[in-house]
Amino acid sequence: MNFLPPDLAPAYPEIFLLVMVCVVLLADLVAGEKRRYLAYLLAQAALFGCALITFVTLAPGTTYTFSGMFVDDAMADTLKLLTYVTVSMVLVYSRDYIAVRGMFNGEFFSLTLFATLGMMVMISASHFLTLYLGLELLSLSLYAMVALRRDSVVATEAAMKYFVLGALASGFLLYGMSMVYGATGVLNIAQVAEVIQKVIQGGVIDDYAILVVGLVFIVAGISFKLSAAPFHMWAPDVYQGAPTAVVLFIGSAPKLAAFGFVMRLLVEGMGSMAADWQGMLIILAVMSMIIGNLAAIAQTNIKRMLAYSTISHMGFMLLGIVSADGNGYSSSMFYMVVYVLMTLGIFGMIMLLSREGFEAEKIDDFKGLNRRNPWYAFITLLLMFSLAGVPPLVGFYAKLSVLQAVLNAGYIWLAVVAVLFSLVGAFYYLRIIKLMYFDEPESDAPILPPGDVKLLISANGLAVLAFGLFPQALMALCAYAIQQSI
Amino acid sequence: MSSGFPLLSLIIWLPILAGIAVLATGGDRNAQLARYLALAGSMAGLLVALPLYGGFDPLLGTMQFVELHPWIERFNIHYHLGVDGIAMPLILLNCFTTPLVVIAGWQVISNRVSQYMGALLIMSGIVNGVFSSLDAILFYVFWEASLIPMFLIIGVWGGPNRVYAAIKFFLYTLLGSLLMLVAFIYLYTTSGGSFSILDYHKLPLPLAPQILIFVAFLLAFAVKVPMWPVHTWLPDAHVEAPTGGSVVLAAILLKLGGYGFLRFSLPIVPDASQYLSGMMITLSLVAVVYIGLVALVQADMKKLIAYSSVSHMGFVTLGFFLFNAYGVEGAMVQMISHGFISAAMFLCVGVMYDRLHSRQIADYGGVANKMPVFAAFFMLFAMANSGLPGTSGFVGEFMVIMGAMQVNFWYAFLAATTLIFGAAYTLWMYKRVVFGAVANPAVEALQDINRREILILAILAAAVLWMGVYPLPLTEVMHTTVDELLAHVARGKL
Repeated sequence: MNFLPPDLAPAYPEIFLLVMVCVVLLADLVAGEKRRYLAYLLAQAALFGCALITFVTLAPGTTYTFSGMFVDDAMADTLKLLTYVTVSMVLVYSRDYIAVRGMFNGEFFSLTLFATLGMMVMISASHFLTLYLGLELLSLSLYAMVALRRDSVVATEAAMKYFVLGALASGFLLYGMSMVYGATGVLNIAQVAEVIQKVIQGGVIDDYAILVVGLVFIVAGISFKLSAAPFHMWAPDVYQGAPTAVVLFIGSAPKLAAFGFVMRLLVEGMGSMAADWQGMLIILAVMSMIIGNLAAIAQTNIKRMLAYSTISHMGFMLLGIVSADGNGYSSSMFYMVVYVLMTLGIFGMIMLLSREGFEAEKIDDFKGLNRRNPWYAFITLLLMFSLAGVPPLVGFYAKLSVLQAVLNAGYIWLAVVAVLFSLVGAFYYLRIIKLMYFDEPESDAPILPPGDVKLLISANGLAVLAFGLFPQALMALCAYAIQQSI
Repeated sequence: MSSGFPLLSLIIWLPILAGIAVLATGGDRNAQLARYLALAGSMAGLLVALPLYGGFDPLLGTMQFVELHPWIERFNIHYHLGVDGIAMPLILLNCFTTPLVVIAGWQVISNRVSQYMGALLIMSGIVNGVFSSLDAILFYVFWEASLIPMFLIIGVWGGPNRVYAAIKFFLYTLLGSLLMLVAFIYLYTTSGGSFSILDYHKLPLPLAPQILIFVAFLLAFAVKVPMWPVHTWLPDAHVEAPTGGSVVLAAILLKLGGYGFLRFSLPIVPDASQYLSGMMITLSLVAVVYIGLVALVQADMKKLIAYSSVSHMGFVTLGFFLFNAYGVEGAMVQMISHGFISAAMFLCVGVMYDRLHSRQIADYGGVANKMPVFAAFFMLFAMANSGLPGTSGFVGEFMVIMGAMQVNFWYAFLAATTLIFGAAYTLWMYKRVVFGAVANPAVEALQDINRREILILAILAAAVLWMGVYPLPLTEVMHTTVDELLAHVARGKL
């Protein structure tokens, strides 16, 4: 029996990142209190290095390695590159916020990078075990990050909730996977797809019933990770309780990984059962849009409001997957990317308004922003209108492409429900604009972000406008990634 | 005519760029600079729009000044511009109104001047975009984008209840437009992947989907026009908006709805339009008669003019759904004329409001004693608003009534009551405000209008009289387009 070492090339970015995490941990230990910046710079360098490696090893086609447990394809590359950019932006936005709150240490950065590694593994997984491994690496790092401020009661409470519910969801997912394994006898996603195909063609009714039950559990687990209703309960509490920097992280990059996760499991693995999961996703999507949009109206805490807004956006995103064709998947991916871009901007803005000893958490903290600083008010205006889906901002095209996929699949009523609830959604985004532009400020504290944050948030806001005027490139990228991988 | 020069793009983007430049002047320290820059931008916008009239061939039934570039290839969306005899006059109306609004806000708007002027200019460019888009998504983008500056204008510079009015305005309009978007995507799927409006005109459709699409369009356009019973946002928005905002709203934004009917409802779903024309005519007549009566009892001048707008726009929708040349052309003339008259009426109220800070009719009386020049102008516009022959108000209403007569005597009869109600509410208000003895010390202290105000009102007065006496330059550009549209509707798609 001879042992062939696996081809490591497709996993170079992951390996590099893992090495860098260790370097960050060690360097932080050595550098001590004075040179905490080192960890930050190393983390950014790690992300940059990953991006470079991924970019250099870009290759058309699909490569499997580690006995088919790990896959490198166009979708994986695209999602990973977007993840690096997102995480890097998160770090820039968070730097000052965590520095004045005593969280600027090696743990924050190494946890962030571990979570990023988890996302990358999820995105590239082609085996149930790898998928689960990536998911847990991500989740455990996030639980710890939520609890990073030990002295904060709300943060600890949020972390407990997140952990307990997250563990439950992981349990669901594993249970579902084990049923699928029971019915098919394999764990490799491509093989699972083949066996399911055979089961359907052979008409073995018993096995199919087990598969459907397994599917139910898997969908439940997925919707927990996506924070889609009715598995959304954790999101408002975690968003409100966790430090804003961590919320920014939880709300952005993992959503990209979650999208990859959905694609690998539902589409690549169980694509031939689309008729079964379509119905489930429709229920999840509609409930998310209803609960998310209605509950957001009643919120006075901006982070909590954005949590509900996330829930509604995830519902909208699921609609694209419901249409179960390449067109729908790429529209969902586009929606997800756009959503992440907007989330980054808006949480970046919340942190910008926060300062030492003051958290900009109430929506009233946006009052009179136009008086205090017209430029940041304008950026927030762009972000809010984009979240509401008003053209010419990019959020509109995200909605447009998903609606187009939904109508193409023949669900007219679903499209009508979706637009009606996005009308409800428009109300609470408008309220923020109203506070900024129509009301008088409550505080005159100057807003003095460091230069790079200033630049980044401006670029972030203008990107929402620029991609709105010229959405073709981003749309084509998503379409390409999906087309190549399915 | 499609010369290589992108005239329409210039007409759209010049005001928007000027608006951005005005915004860039920053805070109120540079207010004067912002004002002059805005005036220059709006005048330039008007100047570049003039060749549109000169180069327009009225005998050509097709789109002119066409520009076609791929924009979002993934969905086959194009940057496709072009105008016909319906869109062109509306663009000119918009470019004509913008400098007047800028001048009207010269002194009145004293805080955040650059933002106000910038929003006005950007909106002007966006509205030009709405009128010249030939791609459904491009149209939709401009259509929705026009909400943003108006929302801010009402909300930031409006009256005491401005927040309620601004949010009501936004959500009402958004509700209608979102269903229109669904209709567009539906048409995209049925047409096999095209967002071109001209393709939709040719697309055959059975009656059942036509009716659904008609309803979706109706919601979007009826809210914008606004038709009874979805008009309730308009009085709120008008009352709270600053004078310039009211003028833009009445003169321009309401026309977007009317334009939508001509560009989308009638040609894309002609059979449904005919099938449902009875309902549309009924709704229009309710607006004309009932809203006319509502206007009669208003105590607030702006509210009165707002209701009078709804009533006059009822004429427009009435004219569209008569399906004859008098009706449609009359409705077009009525739209342009209403643009002038309502702008003038709101400016007149604005003139008084700036001095007395009240819009209540009861707070005035005997204004003529103190402001004779103003009273003369106001008189002319009040007469035009009630449809006096010789003013532009008469031409459109008369043509629509003629058109209605061809269809049904009672339609014409009910529509003609507006000549009585319109005269009643306008002139009665005029009498209470302007005539009589000086009512109170505040009126006693009034100063007559200054040269800036005279300039604006004189320009509008000239426009109103010119169109009233000699409307041919307007009607001749739209003949061919309207004839083709009516022939298309008569052919149907079944």
